[in-house]
Amino acid sequence: MEGNGYDYQIVRGFTFSALFWLITGLVVGLWIALEMFNPALNLTPWLSFGRLRVVHTNGLGLGFGLAGIFAASYYMLQKLARTPLVFPGLAKVHLYLFNFIIALAALSLFAGMNTSKEYAELEWPLDIAVVIMWVIFAVNVFATLIRRQEKQMYVSLWYIIAMTVTIAVLYIVNNLEVPVNLFKSYPVYAGVNDANVQWWYGHNIVGFIFTVPILAMFYYFLPVSTGLPLFSHRLSIISFWSLIFAYLWTGAHHLMLTPLPEWIQTVGIAFSIFLIAPSWGSVVNGYYTLRGNWEQMRSNYLVKFFIVGITFYGLQTIQGPTQGLRTLTSFFHYTDWVIGHVHMGTMGWVTMTISAAFYYMIPKITGTGLYSIRLANVHFWLILVGQLIWTITMWVGGIQQGAMWKATDPDGSLTYNFLDSIASLYPYYKIRFAAGIVYFVGIILFAWNIFMTIRTSKNNP
Amino acid sequence: MDVYSKPVVFAVLSAIVILVGTVVTVFIPMLMPSTQPVSDYIKPYTAVELEGRDIYIRGGCNNCHTQTVRPLRTEVLRYGEYSKPEEFAYDRPFLWGSRRTGPDLNRVGGKYPDSWHYKHMADPQSVSGKSNMPPYAWMAQNRLDTRYSVRKTRILGYGYTEEEVVAQIADYRAKVTSPSYKSKRARNGVTPKELRDELTEMDAVIAYLQKLGRDVKKLEAGN
Ligand code: HEC
Ligand code: HEM
Ligand code: HEM
Repeated sequence: MEGNGYDYQIVRGFTFSALFWLITGLVVGLWIALEMFNPALNLTPWLSFGRLRVVHTNGLGLGFGLAGIFAASYYMLQKLARTPLVFPGLAKVHLYLFNFIIALAALSLFAGMNTSKEYAELEWPLDIAVVIMWVIFAVNVFATLIRRQEKQMYVSLWYIIAMTVTIAVLYIVNNLEVPVNLFKSYPVYAGVNDANVQWWYGHNIVGFIFTVPILAMFYYFLPVSTGLPLFSHRLSIISFWSLIFAYLWTGAHHLMLTPLPEWIQTVGIAFSIFLIAPSWGSVVNGYYTLRGNWEQMRSNYLVKFFIVGITFYGLQTIQGPTQGLRTLTSFFHYTDWVIGHVHMGTMGWVTMTISAAFYYMIPKITGTGLYSIRLANVHFWLILVGQLIWTITMWVGGIQQGAMWKATDPDGSLTYNFLDSIASLYPYYKIRFAAGIVYFVGIILFAWNIFMTIRTSKNNP
Repeated sequence: MDVYSKPVVFAVLSAIVILVGTVVTVFIPMLMPSTQPVSDYIKPYTAVELEGRDIYIRGGCNNCHTQTVRPLRTEVLRYGEYSKPEEFAYDRPFLWGSRRTGPDLNRVGGKYPDSWHYKHMADPQSVSGKSNMPPYAWMAQNRLDTRYSVRKTRILGYGYTEEEVVAQIADYRAKVTSPSYKSKRARNGVTPKELRDELTEMDAVIAYLQKLGRDVKKLEAGN
């Protein structure tokens, strides 16, 4: 254990929370993947697809994603500020409150208490709890930053600050609602405005959970685990400001060809295309950091997680703007193609980066080596192969679905009815399930490896 | 000034940077009435339809069904006229969805008789063989909870008096429990005996489904 009074308990607590919600969320994911070709599994109201899908997305986005981000943020914060956490007691409250909220969230979503707004499904009492939790986190972030020993704030801290500020704004604005009773509320916005607010939120909550803080991890853990300095400070400044500026304009690419005013759609697409530049700014910065040292891809087991992860981020940020273009969105919107996009980001970029961050942090905390590097390598290949089969299958399925919806006979009538199109996708859904199992096994090895590293360490208090 | 060594200044600056796009693309449109136009042809939901809509939300139907027909030739062929902004003036929350595992429902009102919906909701595979839609037979076994209907329509500003809400519920109940109700056989087929004289959750969902896309036909005819 490293000295100087750093609070590593909290890092460990959130690491375990992340692994727990990851496995839980994936079990639910596998179940809904089965339901998509076997509706008999909708055994009870609680297990029906419409409710479980939301448990899956919240369990992984808010449960796994946020817990991983909190674990890494508390670690990076103390290291980069070169000062212990100012309020370790408050951080402990944060940890308990967080797990309490996610558990209640899962239960309430199972029970159908659901606002229907994607990634903002929690009902108002839980929204209030989330805001309180966020303030608790922010207090520690800013107090520790103000008391820091290191003059300059490193890039990762910029991303953590931007996340802290932006998620607060997004969450409060999109969740303004009028309660009917404890379990039900209506949003203050109606119709088109509600849609516009929701997807401004939806796009950016994905951006400020699955991009911004993950980039913070990438910018910190890649240099420290390779011993190589970041390639360009200037490039990271330009990428940062243009990314957070442009992100907030693009929500409308989720509402293409809907009754949303056309100018908002056009602005959304223009800024989506612009986003390729700052996104690739980070990708290039990562690649060039390794220049001359690419042999580390083989010699250092962590490097491949980061480099393959950022490569999926790079692909994701080209696919995203492209699928938003009017002609392509008219084909791909609402199909399995988008599901493929989502999971390349989450199963590729997000899990790879968080995995490597945990593999780096936990041995540092326990003061021992990782339990098994070989196991970590097997984990890497399983989640890589699982994710690739998963997403490629969905892209192919999405193209087929889009084509069947659009197909017409020479007389101008539709070739396929809706049922034909969905039934023709079941083979793809079966392959997706199998690929999900491969990925899941990889994740189990990951959790086992972290668990054993802590168990076998002498410093286990 | 070096913002990279001043965390609070940095946070304020970030907030300003993220608010620019937010104000232009979200807040300003909210102040423009043309974003969400209203039309006299489009009527708010009745209390029963609204309860049905809330059950639709509770069941997460929006995870598989969209409610926006896009202005594309094949889409109009498949579902009907494309969606107009006026249609959504009373939708809180909006239910456009983001995934079409099942077909769009924005124009489903009047497409099928109630009897079709009773059978389909209770056991989709018996009607549409290879469908992967979950069965919702249990909705017909739950009495409709109307305790909050007055409060709900009031919060949403639908302008009904308490008596009107009570009357809407009583009227719909009279309709579906009447011996001359056209879909009586199908309804009795899925509704347990003790609930046949009452409103069930399934009755309300079907009332909601039958409302979708109906008013807008008058708007389109009027244009
Ligand atoms: C797993 C995805 C899924 C869920 C969840 C789902 N549906 Fe469906 N739904 C489908 C599919 C697929 C079809 C097309 C095949 C069929 O008719 O069953 C369909 C068809 C329908 C239709 C007929 C549409 C038409 O134009 O023929 C209606 C009405 C409907 N669903 C209502 C609902 C309601 C109400 C709910 C929620 C209580 C719901 N669905 C939940 C997948 C789903
Ligand atoms: C420049 C960057 C990106 C752009 C422009 C972009 C663009 C898009 C677009 C246009 C859609 C909607 C597709 C449709 O419904 O037709 C979408 C969906 C989505 N994207 Fe991206 N994407 C980007 C990066 C990412 C990243 C890095 C992730 C990380 C995981 C991600 C996760 C998602 C998710 C979860 C959805 C589904 C939203 C939903 O419908 O529920 N995206 N993206
Ligand atoms: C074993 C791995 C996984 C499986 C089997 C799985 C399965 C699924 C399924 C079946 C859906 C619904 C698709 C549809 O409606 O057509 C879905 C959606 C989603 N999943 Fe996963 N998932 C997995 C991993 C993950 C991970 C790791 C994350 C995030 C960290 C994630 C986040 C999401 C999100 C955000 C959506 C919503 C997409 C949208 O609305 O467009 N999934 N998943």
